[in-house]
Amino acid sequence: MTAVAGAPPEAPAPAPRKRPPGRRGRLVPYWLLLPGILWLLVFFVMPMVYQASTSVQTGSLEEGFEVTWHFRTYWDAVADYWPQFLRSVLYAGSATVLCLLLGYPLAYLIAFRAGRWRNVLLVLVIAPFFTSFLIRTLAWKTILADSGPVVGALGALHVLDVTSWLGMTAGDRVLATPLAVVCGLTYNFLPFMILPLYTSLERIDGRLHEAAGDLYATPSETFRKVTFPLSMPGVVSGTLLTFIPASGDYVNADLLGSTDTRMIGNVVQTQFLRILDYPTAAALSFLLMAAILVMVTFYIRRSGTEDLV
Amino acid sequence: MEQYEPDRPPPAPAAAARRSPATGRASLTRRSLLRAAGGGTLALGALGTLSACGIPPAKNTAGVPSDDHSDEEKRIAFSNWTEYMDVDDGEKRHPTLDAFTRRTGIRVEYTEDINDNVEFFGRIKPQLAAGQDTGRDLIVVTDWLAARLIRFGWVQKLDASNLPHAYANLSAQFRTPDWDPGRAYSYPWTGISTVIAYNKKALDGVEVRSVSDLLDNPKLKGRVGFLSEMRDSIGMTLLDMGKDPADFSDDDFDAAVARLQKAVDTGQIRRFTGNDYTSDLSRGDLAACLAWAGDVVQLKADSPEVDFVVPDSGYMTSTDNLLVPNRARHKTNAERLIDYYYEPGPAAQLAAYINYVCPVDGVRTELAKIDEAAADNPLILPDEAMAARSRAFRSLSTKEETAYEEKFAKLTGA
Repeated sequence: MTAVAGAPPEAPAPAPRKRPPGRRGRLVPYWLLLPGILWLLVFFVMPMVYQASTSVQTGSLEEGFEVTWHFRTYWDAVADYWPQFLRSVLYAGSATVLCLLLGYPLAYLIAFRAGRWRNVLLVLVIAPFFTSFLIRTLAWKTILADSGPVVGALGALHVLDVTSWLGMTAGDRVLATPLAVVCGLTYNFLPFMILPLYTSLERIDGRLHEAAGDLYATPSETFRKVTFPLSMPGVVSGTLLTFIPASGDYVNADLLGSTDTRMIGNVVQTQFLRILDYPTAAALSFLLMAAILVMVTFYIRRSGTEDLV
Repeated sequence: MEQYEPDRPPPAPAAAARRSPATGRASLTRRSLLRAAGGGTLALGALGTLSACGIPPAKNTAGVPSDDHSDEEKRIAFSNWTEYMDVDDGEKRHPTLDAFTRRTGIRVEYTEDINDNVEFFGRIKPQLAAGQDTGRDLIVVTDWLAARLIRFGWVQKLDASNLPHAYANLSAQFRTPDWDPGRAYSYPWTGISTVIAYNKKALDGVEVRSVSDLLDNPKLKGRVGFLSEMRDSIGMTLLDMGKDPADFSDDDFDAAVARLQKAVDTGQIRRFTGNDYTSDLSRGDLAACLAWAGDVVQLKADSPEVDFVVPDSGYMTSTDNLLVPNRARHKTNAERLIDYYYEPGPAAQLAAYINYVCPVDGVRTELAKIDEAAADNPLILPDEAMAARSRAFRSLSTKEETAYEEKFAKLTGA
């Protein structure tokens, strides 16, 4: 409060040509913000209000829906679909960890070692976006086909025995199992991890590495004490950009999974389009949003990163 | 920033801070109090809005008057599923539609914008519920959705006097569905048979003749597919259990779900699929599955390992139906187009291309002229024995539909 109470010094006497901004001038920032504010109002606030309302309605499409403040919908949604919630967090979390493990070395390579290949590699990271999400996911069905080389190799190396024991695959197949869904999520969201990581790694001053070397730091110490801490903003924003959309995804679970891999996105889709139970679908969406918000807030607090990207 | 004393910012940033709407140093003033009060009012208003939001009953729009502009405007907007119309060799023009335009002078704006019944319903629902024009004069949707649209009063009654060919040539097996007796609102575009398809190589000598084989044979564990369409999967299971999908009780439904649930729990059923079973089947990831006959004709042509079997207990039949939505501007033109596709010539041309069951009687000779094999294919022109084994799923009330879809969704995992 002291900062506020200590009144800002009187503005210096205005230079003769510069008049203090008039009423119109003071409104300029708001006018400039207007398109953005309108956009948020129409495409964010209004749908949210509408959705909030839908979640406490009861009725059917034929008889219409009315707001009856039926908050029980939320409770029922959790009671019925908590396994899918848990699964979403689990799959999205695994995919995020995998993305980090795969993406970090790649981003490091592109930022520090790629030399003149840097731009080519960056384009290659983004290139998959040139084809449709759906087509790319369907391609994984060919890659992981039961009689395909990948599954054959994994089987011969007894990797599938281990994953089956862990409950991630079923027998000698990968498709229609949790592993396939996590693989699909990892693949589809990998670029969202690599790009922020690359941006924050690329910003690190190379002389810091030299300095660390001059102070007798081994390469691994340099990484642990210099590079990794400095890349934290990239790690945090990368994990957020991966985890948040992955936990709401339903395409991967639909195409690569089976009945026991359905995520919360699938439930919302089924409730909304097939069963036409709009209140439950809206309540589930809100619950997902709240869960993600809580987890992300906790995560950002823990990692204490202020400047994301 | 540390070089500045915190409460004595230099003039420029201080001025900026005062101007900036986001970081301006607002002490507690009358204005901010007012602002807070405004916020409170807004929050209260939001609560009010919440309760005002509701969705009106569907039936509100029944009897919406529709002006027919067919005479002044010689055109029609026709929305159909992808790959559901004949194309020429250049894959640009649709010969049957072109012939229709040449004959009648009615220009057809043909759009392939339907991919999925539930998704398409979500798309046209807002306009139809509000009693507005969807911009479409003719749409094609599957039985259950057609039944729902008719039940809600969202489609127009057809004028039989504009449909002489359709009235005369519609196959007997499609004439009186319980959701539209006598076809007052709808005419089938194609019939869809649900049969069992298999991959000979993947089966490796295992014989599949019935749904029981799919559900019980341990050699097929994890390599059996069912359809994510509730009516197809449950209907075929009901038939296998000796029940009639056209007349069953809640208990029968539950028994069928339980039977499938057992197969899901033991891992017999690999997954419930939409159209994407086709690639799984031709690759051999699925050894056998429920399949739509039109796809099977295509799959058989592409890979010789794929074949089909019609269970002795019967098979499910549904139709994709032509409907004229409320407020469509060109109803008469739409009826003329429907009637045109019930003439044997155009019907045969269409059937030869799209490989689904042709709902038109008397096309055999015409079809044989174009494609001898297609005319003899029971999946395109069902013979009497085949037609006798077909069953349709009975229509459901809104309440039943919700309850059944919910049970089926639990079965499929969500």
